[in-house]
Amino acid sequence: MDLIWEGLRKALELLLRLDPEVLGITLLSLKVSGLATLLSVVLGLGLAVTVALNDFPGKRLVIALMNTGMGLPPVVVGLFVTVLLWRNGPFGFLGILYTPAAIILAQSIIATPIIAGLGLAALQHLPPGLRLQILALGATRTQLVWLLLKEARLPLLAAIMAGFGGVISEVGASIMVGGNLKGSTRVLTTATVMETSRGNFDVAFALSFLLLVLAFSVNALLTHLQQRSRRP
Amino acid sequence: MNRSTFLRWGLALATVLSPGLLPAAPPAEKIVILATTTSTQDSGLLDELVPLFEKQSGYQVKTIAVGSGQAIAMGKRGEADVLLVHSPDAEKALVADGAGINRRIVMHNDYILVGPVADPAGIAKHTAAESFQRIASGKSLFLSRGDNSGTHAQELKLWKAAGIPFEGQAWYQQTGQGMGQTLAIAAEKKAYTLSDRGTYLALRKKLGLAILHEGDPTLRNVYHVIEVNAARFPKVNSAGARAFADFLVSKAVQARIKEFGIATFGSPLFFPDAGFQE
Repeated sequence: MDLIWEGLRKALELLLRLDPEVLGITLLSLKVSGLATLLSVVLGLGLAVTVALNDFPGKRLVIALMNTGMGLPPVVVGLFVTVLLWRNGPFGFLGILYTPAAIILAQSIIATPIIAGLGLAALQHLPPGLRLQILALGATRTQLVWLLLKEARLPLLAAIMAGFGGVISEVGASIMVGGNLKGSTRVLTTATVMETSRGNFDVAFALSFLLLVLAFSVNALLTHLQQRSRRP
Repeated sequence: MNRSTFLRWGLALATVLSPGLLPAAPPAEKIVILATTTSTQDSGLLDELVPLFEKQSGYQVKTIAVGSGQAIAMGKRGEADVLLVHSPDAEKALVADGAGINRRIVMHNDYILVGPVADPAGIAKHTAAESFQRIASGKSLFLSRGDNSGTHAQELKLWKAAGIPFEGQAWYQQTGQGMGQTLAIAAEKKAYTLSDRGTYLALRKKLGLAILHEGDPTLRNVYHVIEVNAARFPKVNSAGARAFADFLVSKAVQARIKEFGIATFGSPLFFPDAGFQE
């Protein structure tokens, strides 16, 4: 128990001292997971809209696959991405293994199905007549998509929060494709794992608290956005 | 939310996310991928040596700290440029196979048998083989790394030398984790385990485990540096690998290895060996 207090104290100390290394790690976590979430929003919502607005054979299978993808284990993603990005592997020419770009790629693969799956459910939950009504008013396809997304914004923001939560907290993929390189690919989760194995439990706790604070801040922001838009 | 708030938030988000996101990567010929064991990173040795090398040579080192088993596997596929590992049999196989070249000794420390201070199996003051026999006959809990690391390989060798069936026994459990975690679990479960001295010393204060057996010649833990063969894997940075290997066995660095850990742990964690004839 005293370890937890010590960790909290250490976290405050590191924050107040503006420890450059810890600050860099925290900022990198935010950037990497933020960009991965952003990419996943584009891909995931695109996929969700496409599936929601079109009928095609095998649609249920596609939805089942999307929903399964929501549970993709990060280590499995990490393993696949590592092997594909190896310099002697099929995408080795990109030369991005052990860089932040590789982590963004892996995290996007983790978050896209989450946002797509929950986003699709949000869109399908809209009243079925709404689409016809909007089209009847003479909306173009782009206007239709925009209005539907706007209408479903509450659950869609929840989907984005779930996607961000999934990637900011994962360690399996980040450590494999990033390599936990000091000053370059060390994020909060991989640093926590390393400090734990070094026996620096106080620092590990401090990093954990920072991770929680970061996750809370981003979610508070998104929640603010979500709840504000609830007002008529 | 209307379009302009949406844009405003998007702009704010982009500002937070964009600056200095992907620092310009140095050209590939300036990057050296070092695959190594967790003990060199967890002890803090590489945190001291790598920045020094980067400053002196202009190379950027990507240190991938995994078990020796995985490090050697990366070398075997040409996915690393240089290896710093401690699993002699697997290293020799790598060199015999032609994937690794120029294997040179860097340093050693030793393995120690640690366990609960009360020592229920009574292994203190016995040879390594006898200690293992006593753990087995007393059915005292023994934790194995079980992760193909150098320490794991050494432990398997010791069990085989003692001639004891251990696999599948209830008292023999595998953690599948690094040395630090395995020591922590051993401390929690009051179990015996084989550890490298460096990791144990670094964690000693938090563990409450005692060194029960040490100094046996079979417990020597030797680290070698191996360059990955660029003739076989054209993408290997052979100049960078050679520079790092030369750096490790240089006089100045060997002197630093000798000093490393004295200030923090009261005794050195590694003993320099460069040039030593095996």
